[in-house]
Amino acid sequence: MRSTTLTLGPVLFNWPADRWRDFYFRIADEAQIDHVCIGEVVCSKRQPFFADVLPNVIERLERAGKEVLLSSLVLPTLRREVHHDAELINGRHMIEVNDASMLPLVAGRPHAIGPFVNVYNEGTLGFLVSRGARLVALPPELPRSSIEAIASAIPDVTIEVWAFGRTPLAMSARCYHARLHGHSKDSCQFVCDQDTDGAIVETLDDEPFLVVNGVQTLSHTFCNLLKDASDLVSIGVSSLRLSPHTCDMVVISQLFRDVLDGRLDADDAFLRSRDLCSSATFSNGFIHGAAGALYL
Amino acid sequence: MTPTDASDLELICPAGTPPALRVAVDAGAHAVYCGFQDETNARNFPGLNFSRADMATAIAYAHQRDCKVFIAVNTFPRAGDAELWKRAVDDAAALEADAVILADMGLLSYASARHPSLRLHLSVQAAAASPEAIRFYTETFGVKRVVLPRVLSVAEIAEINKAISCETEVFVFGGLCVMAEGRCSLSSYATGESPNMHGVCSPAGHVSYHEANGDFVSRLGSFTINRIPAGQPAAYPTLCKGAFRAKGTIGQVFEDAVSLDASALLPALCRAGVKALKIEGRQRSRAYTKAVVASFRAALDAMARGTEIPLGSLRPLSEGQSATCGAYIKTWR
Repeated sequence: MRSTTLTLGPVLFNWPADRWRDFYFRIADEAQIDHVCIGEVVCSKRQPFFADVLPNVIERLERAGKEVLLSSLVLPTLRREVHHDAELINGRHMIEVNDASMLPLVAGRPHAIGPFVNVYNEGTLGFLVSRGARLVALPPELPRSSIEAIASAIPDVTIEVWAFGRTPLAMSARCYHARLHGHSKDSCQFVCDQDTDGAIVETLDDEPFLVVNGVQTLSHTFCNLLKDASDLVSIGVSSLRLSPHTCDMVVISQLFRDVLDGRLDADDAFLRSRDLCSSATFSNGFIHGAAGALYL
Repeated sequence: MTPTDASDLELICPAGTPPALRVAVDAGAHAVYCGFQDETNARNFPGLNFSRADMATAIAYAHQRDCKVFIAVNTFPRAGDAELWKRAVDDAAALEADAVILADMGLLSYASARHPSLRLHLSVQAAAASPEAIRFYTETFGVKRVVLPRVLSVAEIAEINKAISCETEVFVFGGLCVMAEGRCSLSSYATGESPNMHGVCSPAGHVSYHEANGDFVSRLGSFTINRIPAGQPAAYPTLCKGAFRAKGTIGQVFEDAVSLDASALLPALCRAGVKALKIEGRQRSRAYTKAVVASFRAALDAMARGTEIPLGSLRPLSEGQSATCGAYIKTWR
């Protein structure tokens, strides 16, 4: 049986192009990652910023043996957004579909389904696999029981679970970063670049709760399934997704790899991840069928 | 698709209970939408929804009065347990519902294969926001109508209607989802229960209130959603309408406690080629349903006659006494 793979999801935040490039160069050179999903999925206005460095990044990742997938936008509505996504299929890379608008374009060819497409059950999984889906990232809010039922339904597809990073919770037409700064979305001045892991939203009782990232809302807590990884593998999960943040993702990926390969105790790995992300609060509530913010 | 003739516009009205259905039918709804008494629909609230027998009676009542009934089966079937959802579709077909409103691709696939003559509408929970996404659902499953997510401007809706062959339905009044529907897990992040899986958002069973330092504090799960001086009117703590602190300022980060009122946009939506106008609120009272349905029916009748649209009676019915046109006006973003 093939070992469990690690996928690096796309950078969700608005990082400067040089930071973005250097991040991926280091992933290419040092990280124990199998699949790298790349591309802007949150806001199409950010796409031009790293378009120039994208080919170099892809080349470096591939030379290092990573499989590169191109991720489509989560909620394309404008003509240029739909056209941008349609262009993705003209290359030689597998596409990670994040919206139903892409499904006709990838039908009949191998592709991946991203965590923003609603795959809540084996019926939908079977439908998507029949059209060519090979790797399916499940929605982060799914509980273990659903993951197990889905993963055991169809053998020849890689089932992936959101395993590290702030959890995407919602998408809107409204840009909350622009709103927080008193700008309109159309003249946002790209203020989302000030918050490289998202802008923290606290409750009025001073409790960090969510973060906003342009039109996206994510959890304040970092999902961390290091201690749940071996159980997930035992119920049929065959890939874990790590979402890029400014903490050391090379070491984070190494911790997951070592736990999956039995080289490191999960409790020890969890403690080390806590040292690496000292300001983060961890959560795993969703897979336990509880409030996603909890760690159980 | 060309502009819709005003006399062809349909008014789609909420029916949370059999009495509310009769009220909506009598007040002039062209169609009502409702759900079965379980988590197969996105308003799975205590005391709401229809047994199979209720549904049969309700459909007979509506059909005798030339009103259609759409049955919402618009949550995402629980993995390993899809029978409940399939049975809801089967029963809707057997009860001769005029359409089922679905969101899940697996369930759409089942319904189109098992019940080829059953009319399929795509729920707003599928958040199909582009012509390409809509064509995927129409060409793959034979969907006849798409309920558009509340992320589009009127101009964008017009462009979509030009590029697709099915009908579109839009929300014109009631609760306002700030987030793209069917793509939101805020509620389950705080409570463990979500619209997609459980048919609830910010469920009442997870709401609590207390007073602290002269403030009235509303909580959802363990999180404070709002804190206002005691004695002032407090809105229900729907997560995305809460008051929070970000970037050093306090306020409604996502959206104010407003509801949607697009009544002023009815002619524009008609010109944009929209076929059906939907009123949210299966959880609202019969009095509310009666007033809103009657007002909108009067507005549609006036449009069909080419006379001035009577408006203004709806404002007191809006949640929190203030209303917005939401994403239909581009500056909302």
